[in-house]
Parts: sequence; C-alpha cells; structure tokens
Amino acid sequence: MIAQSKGKKNKQFVEKLIPFILFLIASVSVLTTIGIMLTLIVETITFFTRVSITEFIFGTTWLPFSNKEAQYGILPLIVGTLKVTLIAILVAVPIGISAAIYLSDYASENVRRVLKPMLEVLAGIPTIVYGFFALTFVTPVLQGFFPDIKIFNAISPGIVVGIMIIPMIASLSEDAMSSVPKSIREGALAMGSTKFEVAWKITVPAAMSGIVASVVLAVSRAIGETMIVSLAAGSTPRFDGDFTGSIQTMTAYIVQVSKGDAGYGTTIYYSIYAVGFTLFIFTMLMNIAANYVSKRFREEY
Amino acid sequence: MSMTHVLDQKNKTAGYEAEGTAAAASRSVYETKQLNLWYGANHALKNIELDIKENEVTAIIGPSGCGKSTYLKTLNRMVELVPSVKTSGQILYRGRNIFDKDYGVEELRTRVGMVFQKPNPFPKSIYDNIAYGPRIHGIKNKKILDEIVEKSLRGAAIWDEVKDRLNENAYSVSGGQQQRICIARALAIEPDVILMDEPTSALDPISTLKIEELVQELKKDYSIIIVTHNMQQAARISDKTAFFLNGEVIEYDKTDTIFSNPSDKRTEDYISGRFG
Repeated sequence: MIAQSKGKKNKQFVEKLIPFILFLIASVSVLTTIGIMLTLIVETITFFTRVSITEFIFGTTWLPFSNKEAQYGILPLIVGTLKVTLIAILVAVPIGISAAIYLSDYASENVRRVLKPMLEVLAGIPTIVYGFFALTFVTPVLQGFFPDIKIFNAISPGIVVGIMIIPMIASLSEDAMSSVPKSIREGALAMGSTKFEVAWKITVPAAMSGIVASVVLAVSRAIGETMIVSLAAGSTPRFDGDFTGSIQTMTAYIVQVSKGDAGYGTTIYYSIYAVGFTLFIFTMLMNIAANYVSKRFREEY
Repeated sequence: MSMTHVLDQKNKTAGYEAEGTAAAASRSVYETKQLNLWYGANHALKNIELDIKENEVTAIIGPSGCGKSTYLKTLNRMVELVPSVKTSGQILYRGRNIFDKDYGVEELRTRVGMVFQKPNPFPKSIYDNIAYGPRIHGIKNKKILDEIVEKSLRGAAIWDEVKDRLNENAYSVSGGQQQRICIARALAIEPDVILMDEPTSALDPISTLKIEELVQELKKDYSIIIVTHNMQQAARISDKTAFFLNGEVIEYDKTDTIFSNPSDKRTEDYISGRFG
C-alpha cells in the first residue's frame, strides 16, 4: 500500500512542482532588489544629465529650492549625516561595548536572562518615537545646560540615534564575546588575572572581529536613520562644523522632498534619487567593511 | 671578633642547618584539614585530609565523579566559578588558610599555576601567550619579557619547536605542543605549585610521553599535583598517590606502596581494574 501511494503520479508531480514554486518565491526578493537598483540608477543618470557630476560631488552648496539658480552640491548633506553619525558613535560605542562586557563576563545567568531581552525590546521601539523623544525631551534638556543650542540641532538627534543603536552593538558584541570558550577564560583566571583583565585582555581581543563588525553595522544603520533626524535635526543643509544649529542629512532631504510638492520630472524630483544613490553607496561600503573586518581580524580558537 | 658575634654566627648556622634538615624531611605545600564541599545539595568532597609535600609529584586517581578534579580545583579556588559551591574546613597553603577572607584569590593563583585537561591557549601569538602572565603582573620591559618567554618555553621543553614561529597563533601548532605552551604559560609567572588536571587525556601517546618526561624534570623546581584517570601514568610519574572514591580519600601513600601493596581492599580493586 505504502509503496503504491509513493508511486502515484500526482504525488510525483507535486514533488517536482514544489522546488519550482519555492524558487519563484525566493526570486521575488532578489528581483525586487534588482528592480530598486535599476530605478535608482536610471533616475540618477537622468539627474546627471541636468546637473554636472562634479558639481554634485564637490559642490559645497545645496540649494535646490532657490528661485534664482538651484545648486546641487551634496557635501552639506553628507556633512550633516556625518555629524549625527559621529555623535551617535561617541554615545553608542562605549556604552554598547561596556554593556556587552558586563553581560558576557560579569552578569549572572539570571541577570542576563532579564537584561538581554530588555535590550532587544529597545531595538524594537519605532524610530518615530525616538524622534519625538529627541525633539521634545533631549533637546530641551540640552538647552537647559547649553542655552546656545537651537531647537533643531545635530547633537540631540545624534545622541538619540546613538541610543537607538546601543542594543545592536551590545547584543551582537555580546554574542561574539559569549562565544569565546569558557576554557580560555578559565586559563586566564587560573593565572591570577582579575575579572576585568580577563574581559579586557582576553575576551575583547578574542571577540574583536565580531565587535568591530557590530559597530560597523550599527554605524551603517545610523547613516541610514531617517525619522529621528527628520524630526529633530532640522532642514538646513550646511557645510560647516557647527553642531548646535539646524542641519540636514541625506535622509532628511529625501523625506522633505517626498512629502513636499516637487512635481514629477523636475530636477528636484530626480535629485532625491541621486541622494538616495549616494546614501546607498555609503551603507554598502559600510557593509563590505563589516564583512572584511570580521574575516580579517578573526582570532582563531 | 667579639664573643657575641661568634655566637650569632653559630646560631645562624644552626638555624640554617635546622631548616636544611626540615627541607630534607620535606615541607608541606598544602595541608588539607576536614575539607567538605557541596555543589548545591550534592556532597562532593567529604572530610578530606591530605598533606602534600614540596618538590614531589602527587597523583590523584579515582573513577569518574569521585571528586578528584573538584579537589584539584579547590586548591586554587577555581571551583568557586561554579555557582552554588559551598565549602567547610581548611586548606593551608604554606601555612595560610586559602579560604581566609583576606586571602586574595589572585595572589593564590599567581603562586599556584594550573594546566587544564584540554589545551586552552589564548587566541594570541605564542609569544603573547607566554608574556600574558608577566604582563598582567606589571612587567613591561621587552628585554625582560623576551627572557621570560625563552626561559619558560625551554622549561616546558618546547623552545626548539617554536622558537622560529613565536609570532604565529598558538592554535597553529599541534595539540601536544599547545599543551606544552600552556605549561610554559604557567611557568612564566614563576609559580610554586603546578596543578595538572588530566593534562594528557586529550593527547596522543608521543605527546603524552613528552609531558610525562617534562613533569619529572619540573619536579626539581616545583611541587606538582596531577589528576589522572590513567593509573599507569600515576605509577610512572608520581611519588605519592591519593585514591579518591565517592568524594573521600580512601588511601594516600607512596606510589610504590599504593600500587604494590595497597592496604584498602577498594584501592586494590580499583588499581587491578575491577571497577572504574
């Protein structure tokens, strides 16, 4: 009976069909990615038929809405993005790595069981909420200490983007540190090392590739972050070193145009693709760097 | 020369001689008194009494789960890494109770090195593995570190095999070589005692032989306590042997006596292979 039913034609046909269907479904995501890439590239090329590529890359003024002559130098937007990213890194790297060291080398099993899911909840908060938090809480607090800070600035969203990526750094770094074998730690403890020496001189170096990869991924997330900067950083593209006043990041510019009334086919319309493409190059480079780093700095054990 | 001075001189000599004879009769490194240990509710060590002498190889044998590794790890308090461990009684190391509140565990472990069952070098270069201990104890001078690294690797009989590859990762050498690197790493902090927890159980016969020869060499300068499940090994390399069973010391004597003329029936049964 069983042998017979196995041999049934219908069943064989279904068996052959299933991989084909699964292949189609899997292709959808790949094809979507390719489609997005193509749109991005085609529209970017259109943009460069109207604006010279050297002006775009080296120009230091971003004035697309000017009545007289629009200027499309992307450097102010890149600088805006980098300001926010820099502050985010300064906030997130020390806190994230300290948290990872605590979780992997100090916390008891019970503490870890409570803390790690809490960190991951932090990662699940919608970014718009972080944006409001930056605008309505962090900025006023900062203004209390430094009255020179404007309502829109780079510092407050930078700090909040940093808070947003802490769980990513902490969680991924903790994974890397926890996978350092216990026997290696015991070897160090048995030589009279303190817990801190074990964490700092054994665990962290051994997990360095994972830690650096987590930081690079988190930075790439910070570069691409949109809602927080749209809400709290302002919309003033500036090519300078001031963190206290309104700035504009690449992502925030795209939002500004998308929700505005730039008509289809205008140069402004095409400019968001060019900016999007630049952003894409940035995050792609970061991801390649993360990959390279995690291979290059692997300490074998 | 005044009379008192001569007397002083004489007293000193006498004192020195007295010390000399005491050393000949061999001093204790570890005196264990009424040691009990629990893992939670599990009574793992029961009323252990052991007196371990200087510059000897003391082997601890017994079937799996008899508490031999636990006892070894108690000697440098590594056992405390297991949550829910409780101890009572005393272990005097050089006359001082290691469970005393003011006895720093780091200080103890600096004096008592340990070699583990599976080689566990740090994922660093061979050089950095050996230099790790001296470095955490404050030695930064490159020349001194170089000397310590060479001396320790020579001491662990592996210098000739790795001297040209000190900057390679310690995991790039064979398991037996890794284990000798771990021994060299322990030697680098100039310990007084070396604890070995089945150091050859993960190694091939040739590497095992090398480590056994090394142990014979090391006992001139160090006191060695070795846990082994391999009775032949205990018979070959140790001066004294303690037989553990179910958390108790059944018999502790000269290795020759234990293996040729054990006084307890259970010891005889174990070494003749009737159980374990």
